[in-house]
Amino acid sequence: MQLFPMQAIAIESRRRGQRLVGPIDLTLGGQGATVVIGPNGAGKTTLLQLLHGTARLSAGQIDWACPTEEARHHQAFVFQRPVMLRRTVLENLTYPLRLRGVGKVRARQMAEEWATRVGLEPLLGRAAPVLSGGEQQKLALARALICQPTLLFLDEPCAALDGRATREIEAILQAAKSQGTRLILSTHDLGQARRLADDVLFLLGGRLHEAGPADTFFNQPETEEAQAFLRGDIVE
Amino acid sequence: MVDIWSGIAQAFWLVFTLDAELLEIAGRSLRVTLSALLVACLIALPLAALVAVKRFRARRLVIAVLNALMGLPPVVVGLIVYVVLSRSGPLGVMGLLFTPTAMIIAQVIIIVPLIASIAHQSIRDLWEEYHDLLISMNVTQGQKIQTLLWDSRRALLTAALAGFGRAIGEVGAIMIVGGNIDHATRVLTTAIALETGKGEFALALALGFVLIGLAVAVNLAIHWLGRTEREGRW
Repeated sequence: MQLFPMQAIAIESRRRGQRLVGPIDLTLGGQGATVVIGPNGAGKTTLLQLLHGTARLSAGQIDWACPTEEARHHQAFVFQRPVMLRRTVLENLTYPLRLRGVGKVRARQMAEEWATRVGLEPLLGRAAPVLSGGEQQKLALARALICQPTLLFLDEPCAALDGRATREIEAILQAAKSQGTRLILSTHDLGQARRLADDVLFLLGGRLHEAGPADTFFNQPETEEAQAFLRGDIVE
Repeated sequence: MVDIWSGIAQAFWLVFTLDAELLEIAGRSLRVTLSALLVACLIALPLAALVAVKRFRARRLVIAVLNALMGLPPVVVGLIVYVVLSRSGPLGVMGLLFTPTAMIIAQVIIIVPLIASIAHQSIRDLWEEYHDLLISMNVTQGQKIQTLLWDSRRALLTAALAGFGRAIGEVGAIMIVGGNIDHATRVLTTAIALETGKGEFALALALGFVLIGLAVAVNLAIHWLGRTEREGRW
């Protein structure tokens, strides 16, 4: 399914008359990883939700290369705090497959393959809500990737994780990227942004201050705000 | 105090000798109550899930009405069902008055709001937790409700048990619509009321202990079948 190029035209999100994000114009191609960076409250999560369609646009429009409803079927979203279904690890993995009509036996087979791939195989029968934070995030990632989405959104996927869990999650993301999954993730961890980004969107106060290739952004940021953010100054 | 001991002894004796009349009455109590519970769950649980996930104009009103109806006086329910099912009532032609079916209808009306209200609280909490995930997965309304009902099944079991407790202990409404007819509509609670009226306190107490034992046994059985408290946090 051809989703890209995706074009966001003057998209805005307002709540109670207050502008949270926008207006933002954006065009995304179908390759690599785009990292949305910015300080807390910059509107990173809202932007991802607007693009994914789980938050309502107050103004503007988003055009995919295919009808929007179809485009949504080829996307997945991983949240900062993973949402675990009150089921076993196996059932969490088979859930999206069963929703899409995959047979029980095939779904189980795929779930076992993915559990092995992300290192959760010994925990297949365990209740998902009692897993550790890192295990839950790996499960959330595997559950999102199991349907082979064309586009995967990740909202600060490693925000509450230690170094080891972060490394494991990033390895899964790199593998997904190399297999053709388009990634759009938000983070305020500059190290992670440097490791994963092909493109960067720098948000501040709900506005897109800078967008472009990661190399250019990290080595020659154009705006003063981006320079200050990269220096580690507090920007608001 | 003597009545209590004598009641316990008599209850033990009735159960031990498998008293035919007791078995008939207890069996009818269970049949009526479990049928009412099944019908009530089929109405209340999807209703609770729908109210939790669907946004519509009268939603708050529906929730307020469900909560208010939890305190519905059984005698009034019995009276209304009596009027509706009586020969001159709108459904009189069906000839249901003074039958176990009429008792089931009254019990269903009494316990649907109770089960729906308790279930709604649990499903609403779970919906809050699952909202973003299920929306991002593009699930249909039907899949949403199915998922929420399945994943909150243990909390729903509690709602169902509350309904069972209310129904099996019900006397006012089923006395009116059932008529406490021997070998037809007599159940444990109406039999207790009858024996108390006759001054047979020991027998009434015995039936009371049997009723308590039955309620506890069914609760334990449902808990055991539902594997509550045995599968970790959820």
